[in-house]
Amino acid sequence: MRQREIVASYLFVLPDTIGLLVFVGVPMMLAVAISLFDVNGFGRYKFVGLGNYQRIWLDPLFWSTLQVTVRFCVTLVPILYVTGLGLALLVQRSSRFTTVMRAIFFMPQMVSLVVVGLVWQLMTVDKVGVLPRALASIGLSGVSLLGDPNLALLAITLTLMWFLMGFYMLIFLGGLEDIPNEFYEAAAIDGAGRVQSFWYITLPSLRPTSFFVLIVSTVAAVAGAQAFDLVFVMTKGGPANSTTLLITYIYQQAFLYSSFGYAAALATLLVVLVMIITVTFFMLTRGGRFHYD
Amino acid sequence: MIESPEPQKAGRRERYDSVGIVWMLVALVLALMTVFPLFYMLSAAFKTQVEVFQTDLLPAHPTFDNFLYVLTELPFWRYMANTFFVSAMVTVVALFFHTMAGYALARLRFPGREFIFLAMFSTFLVSLPVIIVPLFVLVRWMGLLNNFAGLIVPSIFNAFGIFLLRQFYISLPRELEEAALVDGAGYWRIYWSIILPLSRPIISALAILFFLANWNSFLWPLTVVNEQNLWVVQVAIANFRSQYSGSWNYTMAASTIVALPMIILFVVFQRQIVDSIKTSGLK
Repeated sequence: MRQREIVASYLFVLPDTIGLLVFVGVPMMLAVAISLFDVNGFGRYKFVGLGNYQRIWLDPLFWSTLQVTVRFCVTLVPILYVTGLGLALLVQRSSRFTTVMRAIFFMPQMVSLVVVGLVWQLMTVDKVGVLPRALASIGLSGVSLLGDPNLALLAITLTLMWFLMGFYMLIFLGGLEDIPNEFYEAAAIDGAGRVQSFWYITLPSLRPTSFFVLIVSTVAAVAGAQAFDLVFVMTKGGPANSTTLLITYIYQQAFLYSSFGYAAALATLLVVLVMIITVTFFMLTRGGRFHYD
Repeated sequence: MIESPEPQKAGRRERYDSVGIVWMLVALVLALMTVFPLFYMLSAAFKTQVEVFQTDLLPAHPTFDNFLYVLTELPFWRYMANTFFVSAMVTVVALFFHTMAGYALARLRFPGREFIFLAMFSTFLVSLPVIIVPLFVLVRWMGLLNNFAGLIVPSIFNAFGIFLLRQFYISLPRELEEAALVDGAGYWRIYWSIILPLSRPIISALAILFFLANWNSFLWPLTVVNEQNLWVVQVAIANFRSQYSGSWNYTMAASTIVALPMIILFVVFQRQIVDSIKTSGLK
């Protein structure tokens, strides 16, 4: 009887286990292996040891893409946290009105990033697009949102905010629903105002949700999960490499210059970076556990 | 003393309402800003090429020509059919595999269960762009470049679905399957005729999310296929854009055709989608 349960269990988990192993596990290891080789355009492999990593260290373009990635991450993550939480608080009370509002704020998520990139590109076309026109009407004429190296990354960040804020709003709503009403009632009896009860009850109770939001958005930003598509469509990494994220650079090395070895070394470095961030997050929060004391 | 809380409560309520109205207005303004880009896409799709960059928000002479052009001058139906086929296949197979795995991980006892679950869950942190290079090398070695299998198979496996299904199965009452076990039903029978019918709500929510994700996916189809016959819609419009760089009206018509089915899907299944995402956060 017990034997049958064990055999059945393994058969049930077999397809997904093999699939994840082959299409996620093996590529992870393969990245490390390929990174030790120099691969030429004809697919010939030559062992170079840590040569690719040495090349990374000396590659000024790598350092500039790393800088772009960090700048992107430290702007996007706080923006998503604030807008996600802000929208969640705005539509927190349930009524027919807020149900419609929630749906509207989430709607951009339905559209593919390719289409999102195209639509925002159209809106930001120099001089004649709707956004440069709006900026000109408040005295900021001649602004080139995607053409100015100082602005392009910000334009992409804000586009991504528009796309992602509804998702994080929903995650925060789930967290807000879990806060017992008694907490607020007790605070009201003690004479706490709106600001105080937000500061001393809502924010501390949201710690697990905040942890989830911060770790997911940070890892996604560093790995370029959504940003890749947008950059590909909107700027191709330009102008002057100001929007070349690490992930864009990896893709260019692999599929534009056929430098698979170098791209694999960059990808391995990216995985290590993501792992360091994850571990740091867990250590800072004592293993992701939260105590209400 | 007994009377005093009453008026105080009424006063609070009144204050709340005026604040409430301000908040409603703020929400309304933000909602209008949120839909604006989508409205802008729709409007441009009905404009003529000269009209696109004029200041009017609505087309002066709405025209279907852009849609006709995209649907007749390009094999756009073909790209839509490809995308539909790939998305549907991934969704069906993924739901089948993930319900099986989720059921075993939640309800059956076997050695190594926690390890397998943790190993699966840790793949959650690995997003596609990070492994795109080795995955491409692997898939090329398997001979799956430029065919449907290469588009479909690697997209099936993701930890998110397994995780949500496992959480759902843990919450089901035990008695359901115990009665069946006493009757001598095998595990496959229990899975097929008890567990699957019970999971209808979560399966429909996940089906929408999986289909949506695959309909909208770009990076993998871009990487694994370069034969034009096998293009999916996202790759097609990205290429279309670089080919007809001046013709924003065509590009927006194509974008509308691609985005509209998903927006309609969302309006219809809004509740399920919103609920399934709301509960997916860490608690």
